[in-house]
Amino acid sequence: MSEFSIKLGFLRLFALAALVLLLRPVHGQLTVEITGAGANRIPVAIADFGGDPASSRIVTSVIRADLERSGLFRMVDTSGVAMTEATAPVFTDWKNRGADALAAGSIGASDGGREEARFRLFDVTKQSVLGGSAFVTSKAMLRAAGHRIADIIYEKLTGEPGVFSTRVAYVVRAGAARYELHIADADGQNAQVALISREPIISPSWSPDGGRLAYVSFENKKPVVYVHSLASGKRVVVANFKGSNSAPAWSPDGRRLAVVLSKDGGSQIFLVNADGSGAQRLTTDNAINTEPNFSPDGQHVYFTSDRGGSPQIYRMSVSGGDVQRVSFEGSYNVSPRISPDGRSMAFISRRDGGFRLSVMDLASRQVQVLTDSNKDESPTFSPNGRMVLIATEMGGRGVLSAVSLDGRIKQRLSIPAGDVREPAWGPYNR
Amino acid sequence: MKRVVIPAALALLVAACSSTPEGGDQSGAPVESRAGGPSVATVTTGGVDGGRLPAVLTDPKSILSKRSVYFDYDSYEVKAEYKDLVTAHAKFLTENRQFRMLIQGNTDERGSREYNLALGQKRADAIKKMMALLGAREDQLEAVSLGEEKPKNEGHGEAAWAENRRGDMLYSGEF
Repeated sequence: MSEFSIKLGFLRLFALAALVLLLRPVHGQLTVEITGAGANRIPVAIADFGGDPASSRIVTSVIRADLERSGLFRMVDTSGVAMTEATAPVFTDWKNRGADALAAGSIGASDGGREEARFRLFDVTKQSVLGGSAFVTSKAMLRAAGHRIADIIYEKLTGEPGVFSTRVAYVVRAGAARYELHIADADGQNAQVALISREPIISPSWSPDGGRLAYVSFENKKPVVYVHSLASGKRVVVANFKGSNSAPAWSPDGRRLAVVLSKDGGSQIFLVNADGSGAQRLTTDNAINTEPNFSPDGQHVYFTSDRGGSPQIYRMSVSGGDVQRVSFEGSYNVSPRISPDGRSMAFISRRDGGFRLSVMDLASRQVQVLTDSNKDESPTFSPNGRMVLIATEMGGRGVLSAVSLDGRIKQRLSIPAGDVREPAWGPYNR
Repeated sequence: MKRVVIPAALALLVAACSSTPEGGDQSGAPVESRAGGPSVATVTTGGVDGGRLPAVLTDPKSILSKRSVYFDYDSYEVKAEYKDLVTAHAKFLTENRQFRMLIQGNTDERGSREYNLALGQKRADAIKKMMALLGAREDQLEAVSLGEEKPKNEGHGEAAWAENRRGDMLYSGEF
């Protein structure tokens, strides 16, 4: 820390150590297409970074693409400007270009052959500095540095953390007997394959620390729940009881999983320790009980049950008692996911024959249907709670779609000619 | 009583195969490992080899070669037209206690994958319950669900969906 503050003394900055090595991209990258944007986008100028032109181009383009993709920002033209974080901006100039905020930076050499990405963010209206940072990076990690910088700009300008440095997991059906579990950056780049199987893989769920994924694999001709450590590839069976084992959901403290087991007959929700020990049954009636999802405080489990005659969403205490029905409108409400702030619930509701992403305000029970599609599935919140990622269908192919909680911003993530499904948005990458 | 005589060697083979799906820790060695922070190692799953079965289970002229029970929409009731089929399989299991059966329930593609998994379980459980009533032992039977994940017909209309609302009966060595 002190080393940086001496070298870049004029910046109020914190430095983050380099985090990732360059990971070779695999085939089938997700491409992101924006299909909607917010009503009032903040005009922001990202000046071309100074320093090595090739490196600067990567960082600058990642920052711009991240901010633009969020639907909350409009990029202001920066052509003809050469500046870095050390340049005093001509604020009237940027005001005339229509920018409310301006970021400038550079890529420079650091110790040990590494590089340093520095930037500064300015409030054009107030003619003041909003913040700045420096990141030790390397050629291989320039994209990651760009995401970090975009996260800071996003947070400074919107007041909530950015999610550009997070990762998403999803399943690609790559052939009749080929299923792949992919992990990609939130912008769809850098996809890596965690698992290849001849049989289906469903319901990936990130551990709160972001290091492991729980999922259901059918590689043994039946559904079995695994916990997979991503860095090592080590897999542990956490539920392989007689019958079906499915729908894993992590407790917020990462110590337990809610799973659905049919070992006692029917589909019942159990809690198990993360190593698979200590199975404890939560639901006791004979109806279907599945799709458990913890509230962020760990006190409640939301789930889907047909105990009332049609599939509806219920809530129980984490010890299994105090069951309350949560969804009432319509005859098919499934797949509850609680927002990180605990205030909203994303779910899938059948409306006019279509399965559509919906959001309920849990305090008022007000429901808003966010899409008009027919095959929405598997909602998953971004860690800042602003977007919900779902699987849906476009032209007969599975694609992913990110939808803002107000339904205005929509992004489509697809793989050319590929079938993508079962998204899970990972936690903050800290 | 025994109509089907299985050579000892084959019985051993069948027994060996039948233990496969119970496999515990499947921690496969990563085929590709990369150093550093959030790198992801690629793992390839193993498979299950099919074994040889007595002809009576595979001969197209034998009722026991038929392994599927079809269900109505939103229904888990084994229809009357499948009673003879389930009865024949229950009889086979009763007379061949060394055999185990995996019953896989399936659904059409509409709706949530996990909810469909639970619906498929109800279909598998219905077949299993009937088998048990007809004399098959609990330890010979396992009812599981594949939900909507393994459609027999990949189409999207009612004809395809009807083929996919199904329970399949597999014997030791076939799963």
